[in-house]
Amino acid sequence: MKKDIILAGVGGQGILSIATVIGRAAVENNMFLKQAEVHGMSQRGGDVQSHLRISTDPIASDLIPEGKADLIISVEPMEALRYLPMLHADGWIVTNTEPFKNVPNYPDDQVVFDALKKQPHVTAFNADQVAKDLGSARSANMVILGAAARHLGLPFEEFEKAIRAIFGAKGDAVVESNLTALRKGAELGK
Amino acid sequence: MQKLLLLGDEAIAQGALDAGLSGVYAYPGTPSTEITEYIQNNKDARERGVHCTWSVNEKTAMETAVGVSYAGKRALVCMKHVGLNVAADPFTNSAITGANGGLVYLIADDPSMHSSQDEQDSRFYARFAQIPCLEPSSQQEAYDMIRYAFDLSESMRTPVLFRVTTRMAHSRSGVERREPRKANDLKLCDNPKQFILLPANARKQYRELLAKQDAFEQHAQKDGFNRYEDGADKKLGIIACGIAYNYLLENYDNLKCPHPVLKISQYPIPRADVQRMMDECEKILVLEEGYPIYEELLRGYMNNGGRILGRMDGTLPRDGELNPNIVAKALGMPATKGAPVPELVVARPPALCVGCPHVDSYLALNEAMKDHGKGKVFADIGCYTLGAMPPYNAICSTLDMGASITMAKGAADSGLSPVVAVIGDSTFTHSGMTGLLEAVNDKASITVMIMDNSTTGMTGGQDSHAFGKIEQICLGLGVEKEHIRLMKPLKANHEENVQIIKEELAYKGVSVIVPRRECIQTLNRRMKQQAAKK
Repeated sequence: MKKDIILAGVGGQGILSIATVIGRAAVENNMFLKQAEVHGMSQRGGDVQSHLRISTDPIASDLIPEGKADLIISVEPMEALRYLPMLHADGWIVTNTEPFKNVPNYPDDQVVFDALKKQPHVTAFNADQVAKDLGSARSANMVILGAAARHLGLPFEEFEKAIRAIFGAKGDAVVESNLTALRKGAELGK
Repeated sequence: MQKLLLLGDEAIAQGALDAGLSGVYAYPGTPSTEITEYIQNNKDARERGVHCTWSVNEKTAMETAVGVSYAGKRALVCMKHVGLNVAADPFTNSAITGANGGLVYLIADDPSMHSSQDEQDSRFYARFAQIPCLEPSSQQEAYDMIRYAFDLSESMRTPVLFRVTTRMAHSRSGVERREPRKANDLKLCDNPKQFILLPANARKQYRELLAKQDAFEQHAQKDGFNRYEDGADKKLGIIACGIAYNYLLENYDNLKCPHPVLKISQYPIPRADVQRMMDECEKILVLEEGYPIYEELLRGYMNNGGRILGRMDGTLPRDGELNPNIVAKALGMPATKGAPVPELVVARPPALCVGCPHVDSYLALNEAMKDHGKGKVFADIGCYTLGAMPPYNAICSTLDMGASITMAKGAADSGLSPVVAVIGDSTFTHSGMTGLLEAVNDKASITVMIMDNSTTGMTGGQDSHAFGKIEQICLGLGVEKEHIRLMKPLKANHEENVQIIKEELAYKGVSVIVPRRECIQTLNRRMKQQAAKK
């Protein structure tokens, strides 16, 4: 089993917390992993992406080849579209629809949504709103991860386990709010 | 031992700790910063007393590390590629002194300039100084290789350059640890003249360095990091350096290349292996993540023979980092690109953060400079370089660490007026102080704005040596007290700040303005930590 995943967003949105959970689940299941991150200048509000590769066989490149990604997980709608050249024809997009507008020429929301809707395999909803409704505005990332979980080739419980392990030190309340967000996302991603 | 999920930078840090490191010496710089941060946050390192506070700049870092090596202990020096320009003096001369305790220079290159102003290749520096160079192709290899680097440094009594690139530094993978090794005891070298580079000693030491060259190559041949992998299709042989090896294998099922491959992770490249490939293969493709250094050596300046393919003949792009697609194209494989990027997607360049103090400083500066025309504000390396972007369009230069003050002085010497230098607090102590002294002594007419956000911001908020010292430093360098002005960059203070800047622009001499407000990133982080403690 091999999954190549592009994680996308804007610097500061915290896409790496999604990667940490998937990575933990993969490694706990004895899979190989490579994950290329963006640090430095781009983190100051620029577009950022992470290439996350998990596989039961050894992985060569830290970067995913163009057109080979199985999945784009994005916490921002325009950023999801930026990486279409990376996506396989059968690949899926799972994205937040809440725009992050820090450039003056950001396109109209409707134009972005229409472009997303045109994609053959897409799950898109406002994860910020879902997280707010759950009472944990900062767990939008886990909502998106939950929605993407069914494409990741690992049993759902593995992601729950990973969240418990990663957030355990921060207390039960943090673990529970992240688990609730993950489960809600999974429901919406069906 | 346990398997850890580590960034390349973190694997190097853990590897160095497990190799008996006594101190890491570094100035923050992408993509090298995480090495020192990992050691700073490591419990074992703290308990063992491994030195890990930041250095003032790369030159002081390297010289201090040479002192550690002199005392017989193991030191790691970390910096980004352009930092090695700052440290070039101790770098080249320490090749002549050689090492006592293990001495490793970790240089992180940034091909494609993700966070840099050039894409210089540090392997050139290793050739220039004639010392061994290592370049890992995986995080595990990086971990293993750093211990080897210290061993090699001690057995050959030479500093070793350990080169990584952005993708190695900032990519995460599983790493298996080995049994840690104890730190060295204090032990001075047997030859009391080794570190005294008087000409008579230096000539002798240099001849010794030259005499070591064959041994360096033999180590590269037999120590296991370079490997000749035979292949049936000898129409092409491939020399794959560092992580280019991964990009090559990515293009083949089961990661099996049909051509002979020479995997290179240690330099100088062993001639015997290259000779074998030259004898057996019709053409040779050289994959280097950086400059075509060995490609040019193999083809020769006049391209005799025309058998060498790579960046110089257009088989690969001349600049920028490699990736699996670029290598696939060089191998004649079809493109795999997915759907195009929709036209609606616009660029999202990095920008100053919401709430950043530099925003208010630039708004005030722009207004004060409004009537003086464009092209008179010289900036430096840091977050405030983003003042070049709209809506500020505030600066006319960014050259290297510290050049804002000296370039402004040169422009003032030439008659440009008024001129302003914009420099951050950490950059000021890194390389700005000497230029300011020169401006004072030469009675230049410049206004220096030391944007004090009390941290090294661009690299993520490391301690700044300038903290609490800027006014004293400026006074000590001879700036007149009444022309050292403080301001608090806030929207509410805008008019007052514009007035301060205007007054100093009118002064015909060196004045320093210090806009002081904490970086919004470090402030937010501190608030969060405080909230978590409650």
